[in-house]
Amino acid sequence: MLHQLVSGLMTGAIYGIVALSLVMIFNATNHINFAQGEMAMFSTYVAWMLINAGLPYWAAFGATVALSFVGGMALERMVLRPFRDAPLLSIVVVFVALLLAFNALAGWIWGYVLKKFPSPVSQFSTGTSLIGAHELFVVAVTVLMLTVLFLFFRFTRLGLSMRAAAQNPVSARLVGIRVGRMLTLGWGLAAAIGAIAGMLVAPIVFLDPDMMGGILLYAFASALLGGIDSPAGAVLGGLIVGVGENLLGAYVVGNDIKLTVALIVVISVLIVRPRGILGRITVRRV
Amino acid sequence: MMRRYRWSGLAVAAAIMLPFLLSKFQTFQATQIMVYAIAILGLNLLTGYNGQISLGHGAFYAIGAYVTAILMDQAGAPYWAAIPVAAIICFGVGFLFGFPARRLGGHYLALATFALALAVPQLLKWRMIEHWTGGVQGVFLDKPGAPFGLPLNSDHWLYYLVLAHVVLLFWCAANLLRGRIGRAIRAIRDQPVAAETAGIDIARTKAIVFGVSATYTGIAGALSALVIQFVAPDSFPFFLSIYLVVGLVVGGASSLWGAFLGAGFITMVPNIAAEISKGATGLIYAVAMIALMYWLPQGISGGVQRLFVCVSRRRRTAHPSGEG
Repeated sequence: MLHQLVSGLMTGAIYGIVALSLVMIFNATNHINFAQGEMAMFSTYVAWMLINAGLPYWAAFGATVALSFVGGMALERMVLRPFRDAPLLSIVVVFVALLLAFNALAGWIWGYVLKKFPSPVSQFSTGTSLIGAHELFVVAVTVLMLTVLFLFFRFTRLGLSMRAAAQNPVSARLVGIRVGRMLTLGWGLAAAIGAIAGMLVAPIVFLDPDMMGGILLYAFASALLGGIDSPAGAVLGGLIVGVGENLLGAYVVGNDIKLTVALIVVISVLIVRPRGILGRITVRRV
Repeated sequence: MMRRYRWSGLAVAAAIMLPFLLSKFQTFQATQIMVYAIAILGLNLLTGYNGQISLGHGAFYAIGAYVTAILMDQAGAPYWAAIPVAAIICFGVGFLFGFPARRLGGHYLALATFALALAVPQLLKWRMIEHWTGGVQGVFLDKPGAPFGLPLNSDHWLYYLVLAHVVLLFWCAANLLRGRIGRAIRAIRDQPVAAETAGIDIARTKAIVFGVSATYTGIAGALSALVIQFVAPDSFPFFLSIYLVVGLVVGGASSLWGAFLGAGFITMVPNIAAEISKGATGLIYAVAMIALMYWLPQGISGGVQRLFVCVSRRRRTAHPSGEG
């Protein structure tokens, strides 16, 4: 039981990070990025390639995060920007196209065979069977990232500008914030966070083009549960979903319909409490 | 009356002649295209005409196929009885899904259906229902032969069976969209507030459209089970839902015959692209989708229609007295 709880917290932390990247884009653009999982997967392949080329883990880690950041910004500038005022269907279609594109590209470049991805802490041991070194690492990175993001959005000029640009673009522009640039930055950050999530998850599930499918669903469930616009809510939701998934999977429904549980979470949250646990209520004028 | 059905009549006549000109494999492909066309038409009713974005229609396709397969395999039902049952069940499931979904605006519905698309492939492998679904192995079916001693081989019979469904379902959709209900469906997409003010019950209409859409896609799934004579979880992967969206976008939302273009696209491209790489298909889809959204948001059929309007306008200005 305790072991299930701990491993639930660990998977929950991963869902939380992916959910965090979804929240980043939602906060910057008010859109749900269906390609987030595949973007993270693609970044992880890049990291795998760098490590195989002989780079030490942390150098590859840093390079991948930086490349994803730039890639995310480029994606926003070149692909998403022309659709800024397009109808919702067009935007969803573009996200779906990105999902397909990254999945296909990864399969084309790196093949569909499962690949092993290293963990930076695999040589360490925690001295207990309750929690592995990598699990501890995942939780630590999640806490660290949440703290950094919290400080960034709370206390830095740039972070505040990004929040202003997302919440009220018109007023933000009036006080001199480059709203378009903030959007681009938001995409870059989301891609970088996604890359970290991918690199954390890959040692557990192995690397393949479809590795993020299930995780993305849990991440959606987490983000919705916590509140789609709240970074802390995303991580909280992730932990709840992770623990719940593990306990339900182990004791109640079995492992083979866990995704259906996530589906039920998604739909129930949307119906019962669309703003999630920590989300803001948005009132729309018609 | 005759004018209205002139082009459709010609198309049906051509479709009836077609199998005699095609090889066995080409007939199979043509059948497959028509099956997908029905599925895409279903998605189009919901997404194109009613503005409810669904990324999870593969689920209804799978349900239609599985209901048919289970009825035929377990209950020994004939295929002509299994298809309507599959249609009714899909309507029920679609209506029930659409009922709560009616409250979900825009991308939240896309999200809920996306989750549905991700969850269903795993659900099909569920151990508790393995007895009916055959688990990972799936269910094999017999190939239906032509009834009444018609001189047709079973491939041709399947082709005509599917063609009959295509004609019936497209005719129903065209009629549905032309009348009062059709206007209500489109009004909800374009001006929900005004539609409600005009007395349209938005919640009910949306749920019913969801049900009808699921019915269409479910019938397509049922037919696909007959055409392929095999259902298994791997026949209905997550990406099936996405491919239906590709077909919708390429053919063009808000045009009925665009469904055929879209269906042809998602049937033929994998055949051609597989020679380059397994990944090439997805990449072609992605590029086509983004390019179309950029230049032709109404899809190929929308582009063709626009071309026609331009041409006829020019002809009218050239011959002011002519009908154009």
